[in-house]
Amino acid sequence: MKIIVAIKQVPERDAQVRIDAAGKWIDESGLQWALNESDAYALEEALQLKEKNGGEVVVVSAGPERVGTTIREALAKGADRAIHIDCDDLGSRDALGVARLLAAAMKPENPDLVLTGLQSEDLGLGQTGVIVAELLGLPHATLILQVEKTETGLKVKRELEEGWFQSIELPTPAVLTIQSGGNKLRYATLMGIKKAKTKEVRRVTASELGVDGAQVVVLERIALPQKQKSTQMLPGNAKEAAATLVEKLKFEARVL
Amino acid sequence: MSGILVIQEAGRNRISFEALAAGSALVELTGLSLETAAIGDPNSNVFVETSGTPPAVAHAIQHHLLETYTSDGYVHAFEQLIRKLDPSYIVFPHTYQTRDYAPRLATRFGQVLTSDVTAIEAGPAFVRQLFQGKMTGNYRHQGDGPCFISIQAGAFRANPPQEGKTTILPFEPQMTDDVIRTSPGAPFRGAAQTVDLGSAQLIVAVGRGIKDADNLPMVQELATALGAEIAASRPICDNGWLPMERQVGSSGQTVAPKLYLAVGISGAIQHLVGMKGSQCIVAINKDPEAPIFEVADYGIAGDLFEVVPALTEAIKAAGQ
Ligand SMILES: Cc1cc2nc3c(=O)[nH]c(=O)nc-3n(C[C@H](O)[C@H](O)[C@H](O)COP(=O)(O)OP(=O)(O)OC[C@H]3O[C@@H](n4cnc5c(N)ncnc54)[C@H](O)[C@@H]3O)c2cc1C
Ligand SMILES: Nc1ncnc2c1ncn2[C@@H]1O[C@H](COP(=O)(O)O)[C@@H](O)[C@H]1O
Repeated sequence: MKIIVAIKQVPERDAQVRIDAAGKWIDESGLQWALNESDAYALEEALQLKEKNGGEVVVVSAGPERVGTTIREALAKGADRAIHIDCDDLGSRDALGVARLLAAAMKPENPDLVLTGLQSEDLGLGQTGVIVAELLGLPHATLILQVEKTETGLKVKRELEEGWFQSIELPTPAVLTIQSGGNKLRYATLMGIKKAKTKEVRRVTASELGVDGAQVVVLERIALPQKQKSTQMLPGNAKEAAATLVEKLKFEARVL
Repeated sequence: MSGILVIQEAGRNRISFEALAAGSALVELTGLSLETAAIGDPNSNVFVETSGTPPAVAHAIQHHLLETYTSDGYVHAFEQLIRKLDPSYIVFPHTYQTRDYAPRLATRFGQVLTSDVTAIEAGPAFVRQLFQGKMTGNYRHQGDGPCFISIQAGAFRANPPQEGKTTILPFEPQMTDDVIRTSPGAPFRGAAQTVDLGSAQLIVAVGRGIKDADNLPMVQELATALGAEIAASRPICDNGWLPMERQVGSSGQTVAPKLYLAVGISGAIQHLVGMKGSQCIVAINKDPEAPIFEVADYGIAGDLFEVVPALTEAIKAAGQ
């Protein structure tokens, strides 16, 4: 089974993000970057499927130079090779624009299975994988926790709201967007990190892929969220704040 | 190009009515007319109850191949209705079902779904969260073609029903079974629930700020001192540090205790929807900008490894 995993590099989770001078995006200088969480689960699922059924795992990432480190991390965990779609104008592409890049890079590979994360932690669009499926003309399923190969295709476990699940059978090739928590994530081993250095990373540009920068939806500005509720922030050191809180919960909110 | 089409989801009345309210907000801004559509029996779904000024027309889409939800079937059916009506705006409730098919539907029209919208401003500009709620972004649709948006749960308030009459028009899409490539099974529940967080009066919920499973006893001690149930955000359960049944949020349990004490939880929307209804919310987080403080009544901006033990002590002391 040939599996392609779309991986996105996003600001590290606890990073302090600041708005840039133009108010259009965040100030990226000095930020730490990481692999998007659900993409890590997508990669894990791909690696486990390969271990069970054989085949190849190829990771694809669109972004500037810096995403090279995230690609190496995926290779160190066990992906066989990578395609880096080299572009530093991701911010001025909408979901369709990014999906076009990914689909164009994936198509000539003729994968049996495409996995993406279900949602990126920065933009949170929750749809790039589904659009890729449409662009490739493949069936898809979203919010997937487990994937099993069957005689005719795949059987997957899909998460529904409020603790419900369902299983879905679908033919391959197909696109799945992976939800977090389906597997235990592996760490890269020292051996893996060494080997990653020798693995192929092919770089392509948007123009080589024949994808323009047309936009249907434009992100005009970003801002800090407006406060809706007046939160009483309790001052002092830990001990003082704790004591005040107990008082407030007893006598003001009357919930203790 | 004509009006605003609000897609309602059968069995999901509340969020469908919120989508209608968002549709009404667009009516105010654009002066366009409002219509609605849903898949399913016109006598048993969202059309029967309504909210706000009833839309003049409701399109009831019916076909035996749509009895069970599939993304292929829904994309196919809605594509035909949209081509027929040619609306300027199409508004969805942001449910798991919408996430599953609406992006694909928008792609058919060369469009992009602006997902999980929390507000609509003049322009119209569509506001949505970025960076898991740490920022917001204003999006604008450009060019020709219908504008697709989905509305976040709880962002718009469903309007009280008004007098008026809706004409229900049946719509039967042309489709054959080869359109549908997936075979979905019936929904099932995960492992049996042994804790009912829904009826708990006091809840201490722990998030990724706890760093490691080895630190959980510290939070457990706080819960014990309070006589509270322990709950968690998704990553804690994903890691297997606490069982799935203790997860609060859109894919876990919905709770509404007297006191919800969130420890090291950032406050992503998928978590908030499961606990916003709590009577009193307390957040402990080292990041004073964390979105959880948006919904908290009381906040302590500090290191949980100092605050939690101090709070346990304070509660024990107050109990004596
Ligand atoms: C479809 C879908 C469904 C989902 N369903 C759910 C769901 O049901 N429930 C759910 O919870 N999530 C759900 N999520 C995930 C959700 O989007 C968030 O990723 C998750 O809630 C984040 O968990 P967290 O707040 O514990 O972790 P983080 O977002 O990593 O936050 C950790 C917080 O801890 C703080 N912190 C760190 N160290 C300390 C310290 N020493 N002292 C104090 N504070 C500290 C940080 O400032 C940060 O705010 C879902 C996501 C999707 C896309
Ligand atoms: N620039 C990118 N490079 C590679 N994969 C991406 C990129 N952007 C989005 N994806 C994939 O699409 C998923 C959903 O992203 P989004 O639609 O932005 O929430 C992510 O989890 C990734 O798997």
